[in-house]
Amino acid sequence: MKIKKTFDMKLFNVIAYSIIGFFGLITLLPFLMLLTSSFATEHDIIHYGYTLIPRDVSFDAYTLVFKEPAKILRAYGVTVSLTVVGTALSLFVSTMAAYVLFRKDVKHRNKLSFFLYFTTLFNGGLASFYIIIRNHLHLGDTYMVLLLVHMFNVVFILILRSFMQGSLHDSLLESARIDGAGDFTIFLKIVLPLSKPALATIGLFTGLAYWNDWWTPMLFVDNKNLFPLQYVLYRVLSSAESARTIVNAPVAIDSPKESLKLALTVISIGPIVLLYPFLQKYFVKGIMIGAVKG
Amino acid sequence: MQQMKTLRFSSMFGDIGKHKALYAMFIPIAVYTLVFAYLPMAGIIIAFKEYNYTGGIWGSAWNGWKNFEYFFFSGKAWLVTRNTIVYNVVFLACSTFFSVGIAILISEMRGKYFKKISQSFMLLPYFVSWVIVSAFVYNFLNYDYGVVNTMIRHFGGEPIDIYGTPAYWYFLLPFLYIWKWVGFNSILYLAAIMGIDQECYEAATIDGASVFQKITRITIPLLMPTMIILVLLGLGRIMRGEFDMFYQLIGNNSRLLDATDIIDTLVFRSLAGMPDFGLASSAGFYQSVLTFVIILAANGAVKLYNKDYSLF
Repeated sequence: MKIKKTFDMKLFNVIAYSIIGFFGLITLLPFLMLLTSSFATEHDIIHYGYTLIPRDVSFDAYTLVFKEPAKILRAYGVTVSLTVVGTALSLFVSTMAAYVLFRKDVKHRNKLSFFLYFTTLFNGGLASFYIIIRNHLHLGDTYMVLLLVHMFNVVFILILRSFMQGSLHDSLLESARIDGAGDFTIFLKIVLPLSKPALATIGLFTGLAYWNDWWTPMLFVDNKNLFPLQYVLYRVLSSAESARTIVNAPVAIDSPKESLKLALTVISIGPIVLLYPFLQKYFVKGIMIGAVKG
Repeated sequence: MQQMKTLRFSSMFGDIGKHKALYAMFIPIAVYTLVFAYLPMAGIIIAFKEYNYTGGIWGSAWNGWKNFEYFFFSGKAWLVTRNTIVYNVVFLACSTFFSVGIAILISEMRGKYFKKISQSFMLLPYFVSWVIVSAFVYNFLNYDYGVVNTMIRHFGGEPIDIYGTPAYWYFLLPFLYIWKWVGFNSILYLAAIMGIDQECYEAATIDGASVFQKITRITIPLLMPTMIILVLLGLGRIMRGEFDMFYQLIGNNSRLLDATDIIDTLVFRSLAGMPDFGLASSAGFYQSVLTFVIILAANGAVKLYNKDYSLF
């Protein structure tokens, strides 16, 4: 078969490897550049701009961040707790709803599905949502608003239902029922554990939505102690003033500003990039599930 | 007639009685959806009211089409509609082209590790927020220390003010959109390619088909249905923009705003800070209603094309 590797194969390989390599490179490069630039001295950044290989390695910006880490740690705490609590609650309730929609003996399941699905077709707009949250539900400036706004996604519930349709057998549920298990027990003991593969992926999507949220706090939260990481980062990046207050640095000309922004950005994406190799597996598998069955 | 009604009535509640636990398990999501989706849906009437804090949505006084007057007569409506539609069409076209292209190239490549590693890199942007992407973009493009301008200065050129010139952004925004989503979207198409029967390719190889012939005669025609459906569904969301991207990259930069303001950013800007409910609610109403109509049309088109793939 080796003889078949003729001209067209070679040509294809040249094209494919260079295009895919190019895309791989331009997606990786900004991350690398961010990391290396964050170790550059403020002087070098101002005079020579950001570079891939810094002239002098300096830890100034990081030292400054870690000297007074209270505010950054607080933002981290808010984000991590939102992500963990929000994702756990969301998965539990979503799977429960998906299970009800999956059960064929629930006569009104199609009506219930449509009740959820309609919200993806039509919505009241952000202005009405804003007034309801702030004025009618009085959720402005609370931890709850950060937790609730991103909690559920109808599409995820429908994907979970499709997953159950493809992997849970009626006979399994039937035998549990004969053994005297109630509907909730069946859900807890059988459906939830068997849905793990789908839960891993949906959990990842939900977790990411929490981790990357910046506009909910921007619209609904004024209390600085409740600001999650992304919003703190946004404020830091949009003004040098915030960059200094976050680490209580004195307003001095020689204090690092640009490198401080870079260091804070690195600190905020660190966990995601470090966890990424472990998360990616579920992610790709999950998209495949969604694509094939959704 | 009366009898039938009571029969249906009792059967509806009969089913609930029979599956008490199951219906109870649906209560949390039902309550959430009612409060966070249906209540704001009813609240859309605020577009026809003069909002005041004490009255809230239900108690404020009606003011007819007054909120819409500013939105339409200021020219804003036309501007943001044009931007939203043009950008979304360009995004959809570019991202479909590149995602399909990359999926095809990856599916035909033999180097396992090269494939895996470059795919991991391409997925990386999916995981970070637009806040961080905007930091990257700033690092590359800002006037004073950006990579691009540093290089231009290094070679003795005149630095360019990218954040002050709309023309660059017509290309930058689609580029960044592709940069962020192409890894993710190509996986969707890759899954579709994996679903193609391998025997087709084997038969073609025996008949002496080249790689390029296999791609143009087998892969692309068989991908067509997936492509058409994903494009139609994408068209359904054409009035909703990539809000995070526009807001993070452009923000309140007034020099770029005319060229890059979309409906979502207009609504968001009129709410953040000092809220202007008249503008936000009328623009939001306009967007919601148009989106609804367009989704129904797109779904109708999908239904005509292939009944199995329609949304409802």
